[in-house]
Amino acid sequence: MTINLFLQNIANGLSLGTLYALIAIGYTMVYGILRLINFAHGEIFMLAPYFLYFGFLIFHLPWWASAMVAIGLTALTGVLTERIAYKPLRDAPRISALISAIGVSFFLQNLAIVVFSGIPKSVHRPAFFTRLFQFGEIRIQSTLFASIGISIIFLSLLIYIIYQTKTGLAMRAISRDIETSRLMGIDVNRAISVTFVIGSSLAAVGGILWSLRFPQLFPTMGMIPGLKAFIAAVVGGIGSIPGAMLGGFVLGMSEILFVTFFPALSGYRDAFVFIILILILLFKPDGILGIKVQEKV
Amino acid sequence: MKKQSDKIYTLIALIILFLFVYFAQNKLDAYKIRILNLGAIYVTLGVSLNLIYGFTGQFSLGHAGFMAIGAYVTALLVLPPYYKEIIFILEPLAWPFTVIHAPFIVALFLSGLVAALAAFVIGLPVLRLKGDYLGIATLGFAEIIRIVANNIPHITNGALGIKGIPEYTNLWWTVGVAVVTIYIIKGLINSSFGRALMAIRENEIAAEVIGINLTYHKVMSFTISAFFAGVGGGLFACLLTTIDPKAFMFVMTFNILAVVVLGGLGSITGTVIAAFLFNFFLEYLRPIEAGFNLGPLNFPPIPGLRMVSFSVLLLILILYKQRGLMGGIEFSWRGFFQLINRIFTNKKPTEGSAS
Repeated sequence: MTINLFLQNIANGLSLGTLYALIAIGYTMVYGILRLINFAHGEIFMLAPYFLYFGFLIFHLPWWASAMVAIGLTALTGVLTERIAYKPLRDAPRISALISAIGVSFFLQNLAIVVFSGIPKSVHRPAFFTRLFQFGEIRIQSTLFASIGISIIFLSLLIYIIYQTKTGLAMRAISRDIETSRLMGIDVNRAISVTFVIGSSLAAVGGILWSLRFPQLFPTMGMIPGLKAFIAAVVGGIGSIPGAMLGGFVLGMSEILFVTFFPALSGYRDAFVFIILILILLFKPDGILGIKVQEKV
Repeated sequence: MKKQSDKIYTLIALIILFLFVYFAQNKLDAYKIRILNLGAIYVTLGVSLNLIYGFTGQFSLGHAGFMAIGAYVTALLVLPPYYKEIIFILEPLAWPFTVIHAPFIVALFLSGLVAALAAFVIGLPVLRLKGDYLGIATLGFAEIIRIVANNIPHITNGALGIKGIPEYTNLWWTVGVAVVTIYIIKGLINSSFGRALMAIRENEIAAEVIGINLTYHKVMSFTISAFFAGVGGGLFACLLTTIDPKAFMFVMTFNILAVVVLGGLGSITGTVIAAFLFNFFLEYLRPIEAGFNLGPLNFPPIPGLRMVSFSVLLLILILYKQRGLMGGIEFSWRGFFQLINRIFTNKKPTEGSAS
């Protein structure tokens, strides 16, 4: 393999990894606070490009404005999901909340079939996102720069919120111990809502960038990226935001490199992702950056 | 101590069930039989998942994978050899599978064994993981099994799937397997083995301290559970007559998990009730999708509306019945008669009632 081809693959891996990282953060934040695998997160991810598509096509909003509206609506859906389907179950067995999340996932997926129809739609890409940059022999689509740039902006914003604001402090406290946080006078419900706003917005950004890279929309498009992003969160150490980013990159990069090095096995691409997951879990059960939780006896 | 009268009641109930199956198989139309068949297969799958999750407390999301193994083994064994030559278009079928052929019951049993073997191999390393991590790892294995099935066309016919599987599955088979599954798993649970499993569920460390071999019990429970999942998969294949890797996506596991949780974790009675309710609702919501008239209002047919209303029902049920329909309570004849007594005489129940 030439050095150019290698760099090309690194670029592809980075761009896929950024997308996984953006979605993984939503999983890791919700898991960190509620100890809930939010299986509906993949469907939240799927909604954003649809909202964008309809905002752009039906209401004739400019592209950037429809993107903003789409992110807003997706965040709203995320918060509503939590209010309706997870909040009443906060004191129930954890598995009930998981079933509820699966129910929401089915619901959103099928609602998308009813409202948007099951026929795949092709996405309009603004001219900027279709340009190709040529560096010697490496060709890089502008979506890569866009997704890395946009991700850096949103991730810095996220890190600012988590580590510099009071809400962020509240969220970090709740992820340690929800009961004590409540006793300390933290508004738990508000912090959880903020978590869902942030997580869903990032998933929306990820979804929109995804639709620019793979320009086709269908109601089940959130399932596989959603599952892989969750795996990224687990690989990185679930509950840890830097871990989710790292996990996203590790997964995106290894997926692309696997296909490059073993083109004959490309059908096993998704299986390879799971094998990475299982190996990491077996050797480092809390993920790469996870904190070991001492078991109480 | 089990009373003599309980055994007689159980026998009477089995005879009633036998008569019902006889009646249903001969008198009901194919559509209703199909729903009952699916319900009974879900009982087998649900009860087996309950063994590993409800009773042993090990969160396994791998059921669809073991079903896939069972379905493919059964399909390859019961398909007549001349027919195999016709359907394998992508690549010819590999050697041993071209000639082997077995009757349905042997195929089902072997399906279970192969699935159990896979579970044993997977379970040994993976069952060291706990809680959600175990769930994700087993989900990963189920997906790997599915992806492998998609990529070995000389055995599984790849994404095209296997068509034209003889339709052996009928109510005698599905209900029979369900009854046998319940009998075996109930026997297991009421033995010392089962009590060890429940000890592991309640507190793993305490169980280990009193001398329970964690690995042995977890792996055994996982393997037995996978055996019945494999048999369920085999029944499934001969009911649908066509299988492909897409049928065993993780949605399948979620359906079974939903049945187990809605029925009440650790309650076999609950699983049985939920399995049939689940399939009844899934089917009887079809008219919604086909379009209907409600007084003067005319609803046009909308594809997808059935699953929307189904997931809403699922959500309502889990929000209002957080511990499932039976909430871990098991059916017993004593409780049953007390319930009947209470309904007909309005008397207050004495202690130990089932409701």
